[in-house]
Amino acid sequence: MDFDALVLSRLQFAFTLAFHIIFPAFTIGLASFLMVLEGLWLATKNAAFRNLYLFWIKIFALSFGMGVVSGVVMSYQFGTNWSVFSNVAAPVIGPLLAFEVLTAFFLEASFLGVMLFGWRKVGPGLHFAATLLVALGTLTSAFWIISANSWMQHPTGYVRLPSGALRATDWMAVIFSPTFPYRFVHMVLAAYLSTALVVGAASAWRLLRDPEEEESCLALKMAIGMFAIVAPLQLVVGDLSGKQLLSVQPAKLAAIEAFWESRSEQPFHIAAWPDRAQETNHLSIEAPELGSWIAAGNAHAFIRGLKAFPREDRPPVFIVFWAFRIMVGLGLLMIGLGFWGAYLASRGAPERHRLFLRACVLMGPAGFVSVIAGWVVAEVGRQPYTIYGVLRTAQSVSPVSAGQVSISLLAFMVTYAIIFCVGGLYILRLIAEGAHPTAAADTEPLRHGRPPGYALAAAPDEPEPVP
Amino acid sequence: MSLDLPLIWAGVMAVAVLMYVMLDGFDLGIGILFPFAASPVERDVMMDTVAPVWDGNETWLVLGGGGLFAAFPLAYAIVMPALYAPIMLMLLALIFRGVSFEFRLRGRRTGKRFWTAAFAGGSIAATLAQGFVLGGFVQGVRVAGGRFAGGPFDWLSGYSLLVAAGLVAGYALLGACWLVWRTEGELHEKARRWTAISAAAVAVLLAAVSAATLVVHPEITARWGLSAGRVDWGQLTPRLPIPLLGGAGLAVIAIALRRRAHFWPFFGAILVFGSGYLGLAVGFFPYIVPYAVTFREAANADNALGLLLAGGVILLPAIIGYSLWVYYTFRGKVGPDAQFYH
Ligand code: HDD
Ligand code: HEM
Ligand code: HEM
Repeated sequence: MDFDALVLSRLQFAFTLAFHIIFPAFTIGLASFLMVLEGLWLATKNAAFRNLYLFWIKIFALSFGMGVVSGVVMSYQFGTNWSVFSNVAAPVIGPLLAFEVLTAFFLEASFLGVMLFGWRKVGPGLHFAATLLVALGTLTSAFWIISANSWMQHPTGYVRLPSGALRATDWMAVIFSPTFPYRFVHMVLAAYLSTALVVGAASAWRLLRDPEEEESCLALKMAIGMFAIVAPLQLVVGDLSGKQLLSVQPAKLAAIEAFWESRSEQPFHIAAWPDRAQETNHLSIEAPELGSWIAAGNAHAFIRGLKAFPREDRPPVFIVFWAFRIMVGLGLLMIGLGFWGAYLASRGAPERHRLFLRACVLMGPAGFVSVIAGWVVAEVGRQPYTIYGVLRTAQSVSPVSAGQVSISLLAFMVTYAIIFCVGGLYILRLIAEGAHPTAAADTEPLRHGRPPGYALAAAPDEPEPVP
Repeated sequence: MSLDLPLIWAGVMAVAVLMYVMLDGFDLGIGILFPFAASPVERDVMMDTVAPVWDGNETWLVLGGGGLFAAFPLAYAIVMPALYAPIMLMLLALIFRGVSFEFRLRGRRTGKRFWTAAFAGGSIAATLAQGFVLGGFVQGVRVAGGRFAGGPFDWLSGYSLLVAAGLVAGYALLGACWLVWRTEGELHEKARRWTAISAAAVAVLLAAVSAATLVVHPEITARWGLSAGRVDWGQLTPRLPIPLLGGAGLAVIAIALRRRAHFWPFFGAILVFGSGYLGLAVGFFPYIVPYAVTFREAANADNALGLLLAGGVILLPAIIGYSLWVYYTFRGKVGPDAQFYH
């Protein structure tokens, strides 16, 4: 294995995952949102909920497709690019990834067909059940993959045999490793927030044009509720996750906060230019003692700095430091947006406050940026290990040549650029069309026994094809 | 009583891969036949017949990869790097073809044309790539010290090209038979013609691939009792039902076409695939990386396989159950007026 193949494989893995995670972050949230919309429609028979459902399901279908194809890439890359890692880790996390396929992927993929194409083929109850199962599938998928990743972050419940191979000794300790609960909750909240921001942005954008649109008003209020509740919760969970790092991954914590020296009363660096070679920060703007307080809940706490770790065990501090600040900065903005929206809503009509609507549009992509930044913190901060303290990234890579990996990386970049631009364009076009009461929605979604190709299928009670 | 876990999982994986080949085979086949459709309306119908089920079908591929990782990690770690290029080609092709289902609906004029081409091109490229994977795998992979030790293009040979061509014909046959079953009118008539042509191509290529396999793999030749120019009937006779099954499948297709049956050609095509698959299995068992690593050597730790089995016993029947329900829900003929879009 040569050095370049390692660097290129890391780049390729990071690139393809950063692309993939955008779609789960959206589809996990959107599936739950659709479930709520359909439930509300069935319960209240308010047509606006149905129109919103039929509108967002089109966007869901586009994103889900992109999530699936980029996910298939991920599951094969473990073998093509990280074969040594696969062989070492499989005795412990192999079953977790297989259970993800068996409990989540089949469920999502099978009932997605019913959800997308079964609106008039199954009764409303069954259709709702399909939506529910898809939503459940996306959450189950997050459960297993975060479980696997949490084990890699902080492995527990295993032994190393004399041969060097790993063996699980306690499956519960493997599946529910200590960092798993916070990370799972943090990820699910991240998905809900990202989705709420997109729903809010799309509705705000439409309301800027037509403040009377009932569906967009409704969706905007639902989104505001999500920002106002979930964004502060996310801060709490993220903070707990960070405090846990103090004991499980102190080097990552030191990198997040750019602590070099080990001391009590660590300062908090609001901004800085961490320099790995000189082991110091340039241009730092800092608040005294706040660092210890944030990281350990006590301004006098003693916290180890990066210099306490051998050079070869330190994560790349610059990336981790700044990715963390991007995530938290955007998180604080989301909290602000939530409070602002809640305040406006309590006073009447947020849909008429144009400045607020513009802010919602601007914040539309913020969730995805935070999600990617958060994963960079988690993964780059774990370096130089793939399995923390057990297997180094440099030892994990496949015996493949740099030439092959550079071609595949280039091919992924081109392909994903095309898919992303075109998919984004189609989604924006759909948003521009809006959630109008469609022809399909005018007919009650009743079961009709005829198969779709039956000669009478074109009879007048059939819906127009929704473009 | 203790269960033979590696053997059970070898069986499960073999069934999973066969499920994948037959299920995704017909929807990839639709893509291969796309260029031969006469009009956009015909292509819409072809796509409609598989749109609700293709994603579930492709999940068997994910189970193939994820299951190999979980049950036979050593095989996964050897085979994946060895077949790096064709696997990447397959993944890229599947991306284009997978997103086409939705993108084609949303595209306007140029967009729709582009995604039509992407669906056809992606399906053909993914099938060729799977053919290279299969060919490269059957040829054998160079292993030293428990890891892949060959070069990046070891998989590329006349043999793997032949296998790839055979797989394109095979998937086209599955796709054509599916269309015979699920469409009506002019498209149905066309699908009958496609079935006849692709069945003929499959007959020729399957024979050619079988002969070539005997040439490239002396071990397989010996197993079939055909080495050194003489026939060892004791070896050959118990295996003869396998090629006969393939012949029977082709006969079913021919008779069903003559009698204008709707479902039976598809059944025949499944028999042909089953025969080819069994033929391979007989040639390799118990190797999971042909003639280098057996499934026992590659098997994961017993406690991992045990946990997997405990889950699999419940989950796999459930998956098969609800998949059948989804197929049942979308049963029947699909015409241009299907209009069951979201
Ligand atoms: C927090 C959630 C999350 C994370 C971290 C990942 N995924 Fe993912 N993945 C999903 C959440 C998800 C999902 C919500 O279940 C998807 C996204 C959209 C979709 O269609 O399903 C999905 C799809 C998806 C699929 C296609 C499933 C199908 O055929 O239906 C595969 C094979 C993977 N993923 C594999 C991976 C691997 C190997 C990952 C890490 C290395 C990974 N995913 C990270
Ligand atoms: C979906 C969200 C995720 C994102 C955005 C992400 C991102 C990244 C990034 C940026 C790296 C590169 C670190 C570096 O090279 O310095 C990395 C490494 C890695 N991650 Fe993740 N990761 C995610 C989830 C996961 C999960 C769920 C797993 C496993 C179950 C995983 C396994 C790995 C492995 C094996 C590496 C080592 C290879 C490497 O260094 O590139 N990741 N990831
Ligand atoms: C508001 C304050 C926030 C704090 C204090 C915070 C804290 C953290 C910490 C400490 C980690 C690293 C966990 C680890 O490596 O074990 C992390 C990871 C992550 N963050 Fe945040 N976060 C915040 C906001 C957000 C927001 C708004 C999002 C997205 C909408 C987000 C998404 C993520 C994701 C996806 C990860 C990686 C998964 C994980 O390790 O849990 N975070 N966050």
